[in-house]
Amino acid sequence: MSPPSSSPVVLQLHGITKRFGPLVANDSISLTLHRGEIVALLGENGAGKSTLMSILFGHYVADEGEITVRGQPLPPGQPRASLAAGIGMVHQHFALADNLSVLDNIIVGSESLLRLQSAKRQARAKLVEVARQFGLVVDPDARVGSLSVGERQRVEILKALYRGAKILILDEPTAVLTPQESEALFATLSQMVAQGLSIIFISHKLGEVLRVADRVAVLRHGKLVAEAPTAGSTQAQLAQWMVGEAVSLPERQPAAQVGGEVCSLRHVHTTASAKSTARDRLVDVSLVLKAGELVAIAGVSGNGQVALADMLCGMRRPGQGTVQYLGAPMPASAVALVAQGVARIPEDRHGTGVVGDLPVWENAVSERLRSPWFSRWGWVRRAQARSQAQHVSRQFDVRGGGLDAPARSLSGGNMQKLILGRALLAPQGAEGVAPRLIVAHQPTWGLDIGAVRFVHQQLLAARDAGAAVLLISDDLDEVLALGDRIGVMHEGHLSPVLPFADWSRETIGLAMAGSPMTAPVHQR
Amino acid sequence: MSDVMDILANASFWVAVLRTATPLLLGTLGVLLCERAGVLNLGIEGIMVAGAFTGWLTVYAGHGLWTGVLVAALTGAVLGSLHAWLTVGLALSQHVSGLGITMLATALSYYGYRVSFPKVNTPPTITPFEAMDWLPIPILGDQTALTLLALLLVPLLAWVLFRTPLGLAVRMVGENPQAAEGQGVAVMAVRSGAIIAGSALMGVAGAFLTLSAFNAFFFNMVNGRGWICVALVVFASWRPGKALLGALLFAFFDALQLRLQQSGDGLVPYQFYLMLPYLLSILALVLVARKAAYPQALMKPYRKGER
Amino acid sequence: MRIEKRATPSKLAMVAAPLGAVVFTLAISGLLVLWAGAPVGATYLALFKGAFGSLFALSETLTRAVPLILTGLAAAVAFRARLFNIGAEGQLYAGAVAAVAVGGMHGGTGFELPIYLLFPLMLLAAALAGAALLLGPALMKTKLGVDEVVTTLLLNFVMLLAVSYLLDGPMKDPMAMGWPQSVALQGDLELGKLIAQTRLHNGLLIAVGLAVALWLLLQRAVPGFDIRAAGANPRAAAFAGVPVTRTVVLVALLSGGLAGLAGAIEVAGRTSYLTLDMSPGYGYSGIVIAMLAGLHPLGVVASAVFVAGMLVGADSMSRAVGVPNAIADVIVAASLLSVLVASLMTQYRLRRK
Repeated sequence: MSPPSSSPVVLQLHGITKRFGPLVANDSISLTLHRGEIVALLGENGAGKSTLMSILFGHYVADEGEITVRGQPLPPGQPRASLAAGIGMVHQHFALADNLSVLDNIIVGSESLLRLQSAKRQARAKLVEVARQFGLVVDPDARVGSLSVGERQRVEILKALYRGAKILILDEPTAVLTPQESEALFATLSQMVAQGLSIIFISHKLGEVLRVADRVAVLRHGKLVAEAPTAGSTQAQLAQWMVGEAVSLPERQPAAQVGGEVCSLRHVHTTASAKSTARDRLVDVSLVLKAGELVAIAGVSGNGQVALADMLCGMRRPGQGTVQYLGAPMPASAVALVAQGVARIPEDRHGTGVVGDLPVWENAVSERLRSPWFSRWGWVRRAQARSQAQHVSRQFDVRGGGLDAPARSLSGGNMQKLILGRALLAPQGAEGVAPRLIVAHQPTWGLDIGAVRFVHQQLLAARDAGAAVLLISDDLDEVLALGDRIGVMHEGHLSPVLPFADWSRETIGLAMAGSPMTAPVHQR
Repeated sequence: MSDVMDILANASFWVAVLRTATPLLLGTLGVLLCERAGVLNLGIEGIMVAGAFTGWLTVYAGHGLWTGVLVAALTGAVLGSLHAWLTVGLALSQHVSGLGITMLATALSYYGYRVSFPKVNTPPTITPFEAMDWLPIPILGDQTALTLLALLLVPLLAWVLFRTPLGLAVRMVGENPQAAEGQGVAVMAVRSGAIIAGSALMGVAGAFLTLSAFNAFFFNMVNGRGWICVALVVFASWRPGKALLGALLFAFFDALQLRLQQSGDGLVPYQFYLMLPYLLSILALVLVARKAAYPQALMKPYRKGER
Repeated sequence: MRIEKRATPSKLAMVAAPLGAVVFTLAISGLLVLWAGAPVGATYLALFKGAFGSLFALSETLTRAVPLILTGLAAAVAFRARLFNIGAEGQLYAGAVAAVAVGGMHGGTGFELPIYLLFPLMLLAAALAGAALLLGPALMKTKLGVDEVVTTLLLNFVMLLAVSYLLDGPMKDPMAMGWPQSVALQGDLELGKLIAQTRLHNGLLIAVGLAVALWLLLQRAVPGFDIRAAGANPRAAAFAGVPVTRTVVLVALLSGGLAGLAGAIEVAGRTSYLTLDMSPGYGYSGIVIAMLAGLHPLGVVASAVFVAGMLVGADSMSRAVGVPNAIADVIVAASLLSVLVASLMTQYRLRRK
């Protein structure tokens, strides 16, 4: 990586400030990008990285500050203007239309709306040429909905390159890729830099940043707190900038005493149906969960984790195979599961975890509403329900507009705490009845470091109290920090679930990509 | 069965089929345009009433037939702008806005009619479009120019949707407006334009009823045709060519039931024949339900900057 | 000034919004009055006098409000669950047909049963008939994903044709001298008068009672929670253990049933027989009423009285001033759109920068 600070400046951000109500998402940020340079924008969730890039790309308008591209000021708030200035963005959640072809997705908006006919032939030829130039392979006439995740990302990238982008913004591009696919992406980035492009790379993964970028800019709570060349920086240094205090990587807390079997899956297959995709299925999955143990399942999202979680949360039945809970077939209804001590933490807190329009107190007891604790003969026992909601709120420090505020008004962290409290706390008067099985699906996604710590504490505490904990997470650091035993999902298959000591980052990465397991490597 | 064969062998039957199909085709194309851009327009029933009324009133006031058609189209466009403002500009419920516009347009039309003609018992008539005698094609030559217009709109709309950048922008906006915005497409403008254009077509569909099929405006004239068009769009998979097919198929059964009623033996009450069009529409919806490839952003409000 | 989304909806705005919408609508409708060449002030005065200006007027308004409360409740409960039931018109007629079929005087209709059995049976049959008509579209939605707006709408036309057939044939009143009306209800089944010498009948008590019952159900009962949750977020509701499909069916039964009862109570209270023009669009007005009330069952009573007042007042006003009574329909339709826009007030607020 050559230090290109001598090459011309292609982009300059000056004093960019953006507020959303009382929240200051970006606070007077200034940044410079040189030609042929890769700058990483590092920060936690909510630090302001995506907002800043959205301003650059014209999705938002900054309240203060200006942007110049190669010396020319950039008209704010218009993606058209940003595109014309040569800025391209590869979004984290791909901005693609599934029902249209690759070619259509790429050329939309590139021709004047007044043209009487679209120049498809020329467009196709140009696309093929650009793809070849950067080593990206796609079929222009394929329907986007039928492509794999990696291919869809390639289309996203080509969208920008086709429009002649010279400055490329990549927003958490490796979030949905296996370690090996990420390597392929990094190779593409090198190609681009060699052709004179400049890249801004948003990430919260420290190792990646050090590997790929020439310089790193760290955002924290909307402010730019540090800027440095990556050569000579360490992960610890970056982590400290990101979080603002000396961060010691948390100590592992291995399980003290592992008890008997609480839950098991044996040779489980999901039923094939027209709607289920290859990613939403389970193929011959066997798993045993024991009391007092935390099993962590790693893997890139979309490889069957949803099916696995659904099966243990009462949302789906196996097509073949058995799921046992406490020695009997697992009940299929959510209500029965909760009554028998299964604590469920769903992946999507807004869309599945709470009913946003309903008040906090109703959400706090929603799972147990049908039980005698909170209802009688079809009528809700209001006083008891509100009292339990108060109890959950206090114990789990849920802050917001009060019990009667709609649940969607809670911040992500508080909403997650509400969901945790609801799942882990028994109804008042039934203390001593702790959950036996905890199914946590991406429980710390999008949370700040304080909330993440809290969630981890709760999961470990429940484990030490004797529950069997299943953690499904695409965050490898989390998996390695918490898992007593670890397994990896890939395309519906579950790898052998081995003790923590039998894995290394490399072997997990290989398993995530579907490589057959080689002999376990004892390595730290 | 011989009854049916007799009916089918008669050329006037096919003339009636094409005539019955025209307002359905125009209305369906209008809905198609709105829905391709991602917006459900339930105002069609009311827009057709309003188009029928204003078109007819224009001709009654002494202006030419094509002026009447133009006025009807403009009426549709104005009502479409209201729907566009409510659903695109303010991102309000597309269902409620559409239903409100249907109710408003219908009520305004009836009110306007009553204010203009307070004491009449039989609706006043005008001289409608004449058959296209100069056209040597059978069956088509017996239709009016509006039918020809409708038929020509099918390949035109197909061309615009699938071969022009504007059509691609419309389709993209209906599939993923955020993505379209990111590619520099002015989402709100394109959506609004599609709604206004589609609503203009709906207005013309209404005008066909008063200026071509019949020659006067009376209550309950549209009689649910607008809703049938909404069903036909799903049946047509949002493609203009299939919309023509659907309209013709539907008109076939509608004209058939009318003829059977007349030649029938009186065993089956006429009301049951009249029910057929509506029941057929429901059947059409059920048949295509599983495979319908909806524009993915249909009925989801779009708010700029919200990601 | 800036527009900013509120975190919690404002209670004040929830009441102010419909009121503001109505005031705005009435102001705009003044233009229509001018078009008809009538003086605006006198017209509105005649409108309100005709609606609320005397005991008689009030009784007429309340009589008109009875079916509107019920169709309003039908729309409110359905819309809460995101089931867009636009078929209340047809369900109303279905209920009326069932009422006559069970309680008719003669001619093949009606049963011979003691009144204390027959009356509830008649109401039950009406509710079931209305529910049955909505069940089809509701199941088509849950099992096949067919949008219920179009299916319920189309069934309205079908139902009206069925009524026309019944009035021509099986249910025709042999003593009505060719007038298309049905057999009359047995006399004992008719609802008593609430205020003597007026048309106001006990159906009002039933309607208001049902409004209160529905409110209690939604707020205090587990099925009520299910309805609200399934309407707000079906996935989260299913996760929490709400039986979503069963809830949609329950909502269909409730909504269709309420609309069916509207038909039965109209027959039993106001007309005592079924005619084709019995309902001048009560089913559709019910939607406006529900939206004006913010889908709140108790609010439905108030907004039904308002809409009834517009309809009754317009009749009397058109006799006095000559403005076509169709203006009432314009006012009702414009209120719907105005309250839709006004609902933004509850979601957003204006802020000084």
